[in-house]
Amino acid sequence: MSDLNTQAVARYKNNFLKEVEERVEDGHWVKMCMQCGVCAGSCPLGPAWQHSPQKIFMMIRAGKREEVLSSDSMWMCTSCYNCIVRCPRKLPITHIMHGLANYAHRLDMAPKGQPTREIARLFWNNLVKTGRVNELKFSLAMYFKDGVVQGVKNAMAMQGIGLGLMKAKRLNPMEIVGGHTCKGKADIQKIVAKAREIEDRRRGLA
Amino acid sequence: MTASIATNQTILVVGGGISGMTAALEAAECGKQVILVEKTPTLGGRTAQLYRYFPKMCHPTCGLEINLRRLKGNPNVKVMTMTEVTAVAGARGNYNVTLKVAPRYVNENCTACGDCGAAVKTEVADAFNYGLGKVKAAYLPHLMAYPQRYVIDPSIVATADGEAAKSACKYGAVDLGMKEESLQINVGAVVWATGWRPFDANKIQPYGYDRYANVITSVEFERLADPHGPTGGKLLRPSDGKEAKNIAFIQCAGSRDENYLRHCSRICCMATLKQTQYVREAFGEDAKSTVYYIDIRAIDRFEDFYAKVWQDKTVSFVKSKVARIAENAANGNPVLHGVNTEGYHRYATEHDLVVLAVGMEPEVKGVKLPDDIVLDSSNFIEGSKDGGMFGAGAASSPLDVNRAVQSATAASLKAIQVIHKSASTEAA
Repeated sequence: MSDLNTQAVARYKNNFLKEVEERVEDGHWVKMCMQCGVCAGSCPLGPAWQHSPQKIFMMIRAGKREEVLSSDSMWMCTSCYNCIVRCPRKLPITHIMHGLANYAHRLDMAPKGQPTREIARLFWNNLVKTGRVNELKFSLAMYFKDGVVQGVKNAMAMQGIGLGLMKAKRLNPMEIVGGHTCKGKADIQKIVAKAREIEDRRRGLA
Repeated sequence: MTASIATNQTILVVGGGISGMTAALEAAECGKQVILVEKTPTLGGRTAQLYRYFPKMCHPTCGLEINLRRLKGNPNVKVMTMTEVTAVAGARGNYNVTLKVAPRYVNENCTACGDCGAAVKTEVADAFNYGLGKVKAAYLPHLMAYPQRYVIDPSIVATADGEAAKSACKYGAVDLGMKEESLQINVGAVVWATGWRPFDANKIQPYGYDRYANVITSVEFERLADPHGPTGGKLLRPSDGKEAKNIAFIQCAGSRDENYLRHCSRICCMATLKQTQYVREAFGEDAKSTVYYIDIRAIDRFEDFYAKVWQDKTVSFVKSKVARIAENAANGNPVLHGVNTEGYHRYATEHDLVVLAVGMEPEVKGVKLPDDIVLDSSNFIEGSKDGGMFGAGAASSPLDVNRAVQSATAASLKAIQVIHKSASTEAA
């Protein structure tokens, strides 16, 4: 268990709804759900995930902390916004799902190796390092996330596209060494750090 | 022109449905002078368009007949049909109301013999049956229409069909030269019994009311079940006229939804439970009704009716707000998609026919009312700031017939109080 997680359990005891309301983006909307199920029925990925949104909301109210935070559901959301459009109570369901994903990630409760989570993590680390996304490094990191052998296989499968991009001057192989950056790299990192500090303070995570 | 038919001791009732008739009669039977105005050619309103009432499953014709008898026997009520209120000036105890009277093209000589209807060829949409089917352009709105007089649709007045209607009439009742009239009356209090209208199901895009023939509304289903309706009381679906034995009822179609109507329309659960019994009556054990609901709101005493329907093996309940409807192109069956929240089971279920239990919205929504009128967040009429105008029945809240009548009686008493007060002030 991560320190943050131990802290959260100690602080909220069995009141997981309160924890979500205080610490998850738009979490205060959860109690407004009337369990009609229109979000679940409207979700294009509905059959593919563990728990539908209204089920997640009911589980939050029922205090099923472990199950909710380790669910893969929030990570399967493609932000199509069908649920928000149809929700009769106007819950910002997409935002709540992303908020839950983010919180579960912070507590390190999110499912290990979940592809969406991994891509998000790689993208974020890549971005904040230089203030720009280094596409070459990002793609390679993705290819090799499941080990060297799988990485080589992935790279071989994609080489046609890679060469094409190079020919069209959309991909610079020299980016592998350092890569281009932006002027205020240090400032960007400071901004991100400050934003996180403010956000953590507001959500009681600091 | 100013008509001398009313004084500030008169009560004006706007709307001639069950609430307006009740409000007018209660006041008139207390000896007050009442003017009852109705926009359409007949009294009865949407109550006359129902097949049966819940929970007793009796026919609205019975209650309407009693009210019509009271009305015919009471000289204190003056009924004006095809009349609308266009402006209200003045204040509590002394209003000046402008009325607009549309031409009926048929005068008091009419005996409702039907010769004009037989002579006319043009047909128009049948408003009484919510546009399911057509009527001749010279028509009696419905069998219990009051006044029992034909109406000629304005579309044929200047045509050969209009002349045909005129020459067919043995009583000289057809008057094609009638014009719209405007008149002003003086009244002391106003009861707004302007009623409700079904929520426009076209707005609920995922349900495809505009795209699929076999998705209909609860008010249309009521007409299908009625022997005086477009199918003679047979439950035949619109696309191919096949008997609809396997029917889905979707609750909260528009109601309890921030995107459509914020309020609970209160009557739709009971209306659906009632309609499942029409299906049972038509097909016996072969009937299959499925109610898709968020929660069943059978208010107070109606719980017994709900419990009875719950026992009915031909009726099943699925706790789910249906996400969307598609159509099986091969047979025209609507296919309902959603998730049953009891166990979170995903379904894609075919039915012969879908009935949307549409919500109630105020008939006057979007209509310009006097500035003084106070509306609630769903545009139901609460009354006027000066305390001289009152909402009654379904104009004031989503109500069933029984509660609408209670509300109308209450509004009538309030109007009588206004009249009494202004009378005593004048005397002093």
